Amino acid sequence: MIWYYIELAIRSLKRNVALTLLVITAVGIGIGTCMTEFSVMYVLLGNPVPDKSSRLVVPQIDAWGPDSRSAPGGGAIELPDQLTYRDAMALMQGHKALRQTAMYGIGPNVTPSQGRPFHASGRAAYADFFTMFEAPFRFGGPWSPAEDAQHANVAVLSARLADRLFQHADAVGKTLTLDGRDYRIVGVLAPWQLIPRVYDMSQNAALDAEDVYVPFTTAIDRQLRHYGHDSCNSSPAPGWLGHLNSECVWVQFWAELPSAAAKSDYRRYLLGYVADQRAAGRFHWAPLAFVSTLPEWIAQKKVVPDEVKLGTLIALGFLVVCLINAVGLMLARFSGRAGELGVRRALGASRWHIFCQCLTESAIIGLLGGALGVGLTAIGQASERALDGGDGVVIRLLYSINQETVLMTVGAAVLATVCSGLYPTWRASRVQPALQLKTD
Amino acid sequence: MQLTLIVHSLRRNKLGALLIGLQIALTLAIVCNSLSIIQQHLRHMVRPTGFDEPSIWSLRNQWIGEPGDLKAKVLEDLAALRSVPGVIDAEATNSFPMQGSMWNTDLKLNPTQRFAASQTAVYFVDEHGLSAFGVKLAAGRWFAAEEVSDVHDNETKFPASVIVTRSLAQALFPHSNPLGKVVYFSETQATRIIGIVEQAQAPFTADIQEGSRVADVSFFPFRDLGNDTVYVVRTAPGQIASTMKIAQDKLFQLDPQRVVSAVRTFAQVRHSAYTSERKASVILAVVCGLLLTVTALGVVGLTSYWVSQRTRYIGMRRALGARRRDILGYFHLENLVIAGTGALLGIALGICGNLWLVSSFSITRMSAAFICGGAGIVLALCQAAVVWPALRAASISPALAFRNR
Repeated sequence: MIWYYIELAIRSLKRNVALTLLVITAVGIGIGTCMTEFSVMYVLLGNPVPDKSSRLVVPQIDAWGPDSRSAPGGGAIELPDQLTYRDAMALMQGHKALRQTAMYGIGPNVTPSQGRPFHASGRAAYADFFTMFEAPFRFGGPWSPAEDAQHANVAVLSARLADRLFQHADAVGKTLTLDGRDYRIVGVLAPWQLIPRVYDMSQNAALDAEDVYVPFTTAIDRQLRHYGHDSCNSSPAPGWLGHLNSECVWVQFWAELPSAAAKSDYRRYLLGYVADQRAAGRFHWAPLAFVSTLPEWIAQKKVVPDEVKLGTLIALGFLVVCLINAVGLMLARFSGRAGELGVRRALGASRWHIFCQCLTESAIIGLLGGALGVGLTAIGQASERALDGGDGVVIRLLYSINQETVLMTVGAAVLATVCSGLYPTWRASRVQPALQLKTD
Repeated sequence: MQLTLIVHSLRRNKLGALLIGLQIALTLAIVCNSLSIIQQHLRHMVRPTGFDEPSIWSLRNQWIGEPGDLKAKVLEDLAALRSVPGVIDAEATNSFPMQGSMWNTDLKLNPTQRFAASQTAVYFVDEHGLSAFGVKLAAGRWFAAEEVSDVHDNETKFPASVIVTRSLAQALFPHSNPLGKVVYFSETQATRIIGIVEQAQAPFTADIQEGSRVADVSFFPFRDLGNDTVYVVRTAPGQIASTMKIAQDKLFQLDPQRVVSAVRTFAQVRHSAYTSERKASVILAVVCGLLLTVTALGVVGLTSYWVSQRTRYIGMRRALGARRRDILGYFHLENLVIAGTGALLGIALGICGNLWLVSSFSITRMSAAFICGGAGIVLALCQAAVVWPALRAASISPALAFRNR
């Protein structure tokens, strides 16, 4: 039966080409615009480490007290989203999670064997970082926890930097010069980019992955300058040590728990730590600490920029207008065919049959509109890339068409068209056979 | 007479009229909000910074390894930059307008105040700052050489004298002369305002970032010795391109063990700083264009359909003495009734939508001009869209009335 419907549908689509094309275009443009905007939001809101999402957690500690929150009572309490150095170190030493890492952004200068030195982005972290965030290695591997403890001069490179410095050769064991000091390369990552870059969203959720990683302990020893968000509630004492001992929050901290259920234990541990700090005279307020899982953290941070949200909203409004347009056009299509449908009714087709036939037609229009939408999405994304004026990894990942987006686009188009075709279809199936035959 | 006829006939075509009216309403609501947002983006993008934009370029400098006496090296670099032919002045600072990396700090009117009186972005300048930045001094004076002190990496300190923008001065002292007044950046250091700058934009592009307003800027008499410094170079008109190359060569001659990055003119900084606003504006403009096109096509489609449905009645009216003009007028008036009703609904929808957008995004209220302008555009477009089907209707022969279908 379905093949009969499809055959009939194709015939009738051919009969009124102009009107059919108009409906397909309306649906296609609407879906294309919407998907161009939505796909960016979809990527940004995605979970880059899905198999660990409820086990990777961020601790937050009330290091500044209620006085630092200028609007008391207004909305939920917001704690600093990074830790002070001393709190991060205390949590590292506590070692209460399966894995944990404190980290901060660095910007060392790389001296290549030939040519001028250049600026690179980097990250100081603990060995567990790579396992926790599932960084794939091309050569070698992470440094060992022992090397963390020894403050060893070791480094892990990104694929991009390794290719630039060593021309695709295995760089493990070679020497890297950062800020005039030598580091032994222990690992080279395969191309790797998290979007959003969950482990550090203090500045922007969609930043390029770093080029070089060194042990946190080494970076602190070497006083590698911090690049990132640094927030202080009072002026720290001068010098590197003054900064380390201050109440400035600038260190990101992540813990991997053995199970999702361990979250409450971890929070209890944190509250215990904060209570101890209070007892020691550091805090003068009721202990307060939060633990957020990775999806909670993404939801909590403003990951999607306002421009993208607004663009998606406006595009959605546009889609609604296109669909209203399509309803009108489909009404016109079906009512123009009342005569034909009347004949089919008179020859014994039930209302249900007519309904199914018209619905098949809507679905086919939706399918074609979806195909047009996929093409327009590709064009839209290419234009957005051009407007962004960059060719970074993040931009390419943000604006890319994959199987998922194609399926979503076509699915949304079919669903939207079938829904908007329901009323015209229902009206068409109410055709009175006698009435139609009489007037013709 | 025409109007009652139109209302009668619309009653018989309720659904079509409803759909097109709804479409027009949504179109208007979206278009006027989009135009208002685009206008806000454009206003940001062309906002003057107060600096001498056409003649300024900048670079970021870092030395590698153990650079030794940073103060001597910075002074040596600056002297070299100032000696380049075509350069008016140069200086070392910690940040650059619109560039994104910044230091924001609180300031209070007395040291015991619990909450900050205001927030400000900070630029480090020396005695050359006024001519290197090309900002305009509105009152007071610029720093003297002996007031400038050194700031090392990881050192947070505050100066005894400060120069602020007019905007910040007015926010702090709305009712008195701010010159000579004392403010507190920390509990221990009193700072006197010695000069007011007409205008200077903070190192960010939003109206407010982390509590700091874009026009509220302070200049500290500090020399940044943190080994990550921005050199700002101001040149004679038209000398940017020639000085950029020579200046870099000179710096590398002095000491090749350095990394020079982000060598950009003011215009380039501006261009990249407003990428997302520019992109958002283009997207909104394209969507609005498509939206208006689709709505116009919808009007053409529906009106054509009605004309073909009513061929006999139109013929009858023509036979009874209606002129072509009357038929034309009929369809235009009918369209005006539908589009007008839709526009009224659209105005309400647009205002509600705008109120919601303002409450959930960092955008300002839409002005009445956009609502009226949007309504005008949509009504004019609908009238234009109806011309072709109406002309077809007017050309229907009166004889058709008597022909049997």
